[in-house]
Amino acid sequence: MAATIDQIWIFFLHWLVGFLPAAWQHAAAVVLCVAAIIAVFCTLFALAVLMERKGLGRMQNRYGPNRVGIFGILQPVADGIKALIKEDVVPFRADAVVHFLAPVVLVVTVFMGYAVLPMGRHMVLVDMDAGLLFFFAMGAATELSVFMAGWSSRNKYSLLGAMRAIAQMISYEVVLLLASIAVVMIAGTLSLPKIVDAQASYSGIFPHWYVFTPWGLAGFLIFVIASTAETNRSPFDLPEGESEIVAGYFTEYSGFKFALFFLGEYVEMLAVAGLGTTLFLGGWSAPLSVLNVLPSWFWFFLKVMLWICFFIWLRGTLPRLRQDQLMNFAWKFALPFTLLNLVVTALWRILGPGWEQWVFCTAILAAAYVFMSLVGFRANRVGPRRYRYAE
Amino acid sequence: MSIPFFVISALTVAGGLAAMTLKNTVHCALALSVAFAGIALLFLSLDAQFAGFAQILIYIGAVAILVVFAILLTRGSETPTDGVHSGTWLVGLAIAAAVFAVLGWAVLASAPGLHDEAAAPVVTVRDIGNALMGRYVLPLEIVALLLTAATIGAVIVAMHEKARTK
Repeated sequence: MAATIDQIWIFFLHWLVGFLPAAWQHAAAVVLCVAAIIAVFCTLFALAVLMERKGLGRMQNRYGPNRVGIFGILQPVADGIKALIKEDVVPFRADAVVHFLAPVVLVVTVFMGYAVLPMGRHMVLVDMDAGLLFFFAMGAATELSVFMAGWSSRNKYSLLGAMRAIAQMISYEVVLLLASIAVVMIAGTLSLPKIVDAQASYSGIFPHWYVFTPWGLAGFLIFVIASTAETNRSPFDLPEGESEIVAGYFTEYSGFKFALFFLGEYVEMLAVAGLGTTLFLGGWSAPLSVLNVLPSWFWFFLKVMLWICFFIWLRGTLPRLRQDQLMNFAWKFALPFTLLNLVVTALWRILGPGWEQWVFCTAILAAAYVFMSLVGFRANRVGPRRYRYAE
Repeated sequence: MSIPFFVISALTVAGGLAAMTLKNTVHCALALSVAFAGIALLFLSLDAQFAGFAQILIYIGAVAILVVFAILLTRGSETPTDGVHSGTWLVGLAIAAAVFAVLGWAVLASAPGLHDEAAAPVVTVRDIGNALMGRYVLPLEIVALLLTAATIGAVIVAMHEKARTK
C-alpha cells in the first residue's frame, strides 16, 4: 500500500497517457510532467508568499493578511488578480524590448532548473548525466536577466540594484558551487537522482544523509548561507533594499511583469531549497527508516517547505548587511573555508570508513573555523560593545 | 542536418550578426549572449552535455556579465540618438569574415586527419573528468595557475588605486 501511494503520481501519469495512441504517449507524458511541475511550484509559490506574510506579521506583532477568505488564505489569489488587471507602465526612456524580455528570461530559466530535481522516488523529469551542472548553468543565466531588467529601466536605482545583485550573485555562486562539489566528490556523480540514492540507506533507523558528516555539515551551512545570498533574501537583500534603492532592479516594473519577477524570485528560492535538500538532506528519503511508510514526495516537499520557513524566520530576525560585509564574508571567509572543506572531503574519502576520518575531519574543520573567526574578529575589531552615555 | 539544427544555427548566426551590427554596445553584448546560447544548444544537440552546460555556465554566466560590466564601467553605454545600426558595420563585417575564414580554413585543413566513426562516441561527464585529472592534468594546472595569477594581479591593481586616492 505504501509503495502504491509512493508511486501514485507515476501510476496516474501512465493511466492518463494510456488513453492516447502509442506514438504520442512519450510527448504527452513530457508535456504533462512539465505542466505538473509548473502548477505545483506556482501553488507552492502562493503558499510561500502567504506563509511569509502571515509569519512575518506574527514576528512583527501584527496579524498579516486576514481579510480575503478564511484567515486570509485567499490573499495570493487576490494579489494575482490585482497584478493581472493593473496597468503595465513602461518608462518613456526605457529600452522596451529588453525591458519586456527580462522577466520572461528570468521565469523561464528559473523553471528550467526543476527539470533535474528528483521530487520523489522515480519522480524526475530528466535524469541527466550532468544534472547538477545543468542546474547551475540555468542559475547563471538568471544573472543576465537581472542585468537586463536593471539596465533597460533607465533608472539609477534599478541600475544600482542590478549591479549589487550581479556582484553578490557572482560572489556567492562560486561558494555555492564549491560547497556542492564536496557532495559530488563523495557521491561520484553529477546526476541528482543518483546523489539521492547514495544517501537513501539507513544504519539502524538513522539515515546516511551527507549533512550528518563533518564535511557535509560544513558544506551544508555554507550552502544555506550562499543560497540565501544567491536568492537575494534577507539578510543579503541589498539588491532590493527598500530603504536604500526602492526595489532594486525591478523598481520600474508594474502589473504582471512585477508579478513575474516576484514569482521568479520565490520559485528560485524553492529551487535552491530543493537542490540543497537533494544534496545534503537526503532528497526524498525519510529522516528515520520507520517513517518510510509515508510517500517519498511528501518528504521532499516537506523539507523544501521547512527550508522556506527557515528563510522566513531569518528574514524576520536579522538586519541587512552592508555591501563590504557581504563581499568580505564571501571572499575572505566562505571561499577559503569551502576550499578547505574540499580538501577535508578528499581526506574523508582517502581515510575510508573508521573512527579516524571522523576525528581528523572534525578536528581540521573546527580548528579552521575557530582560527578564521578569531582572525576575522581581530581584523574588524569586533568585541563587546561599550555604550558611552553623557558623561 | 535536421530542422532543430537549422533553427539553432539561424538563432546563433542572427545573434552574431546583431552583436556585430547594432549600435548600442549593451545590445551587442546581449545579442552575443544569444549567440553563446545558440552554440550551447548546438553542443547539446550533438549530445555533448558537458560542453553545452559549461558553455552556458561560463559564457553566459561569466563572460557576458564581464562584458556588460566592462561596457557600463567605461561609459560606452550612452544611448545613440540616431539609427540602430553601427556606423562601422562594414569594418565589423570584414573582421568577422576574416576570422571566419581563418577558423574555416583551420577546420577544413584538420578534417582529413580525423578518422570516420560509424556512430557518435558516448562521452560521459565522468570520462571528461578522468581525462582532465589524468592525461590533461598538466595543462589544467597551468591554466589554473594562470587564472590565479590574473586574479591576484587584478586585486593588486585595485589595491594600488585605493592607496592613491587616500
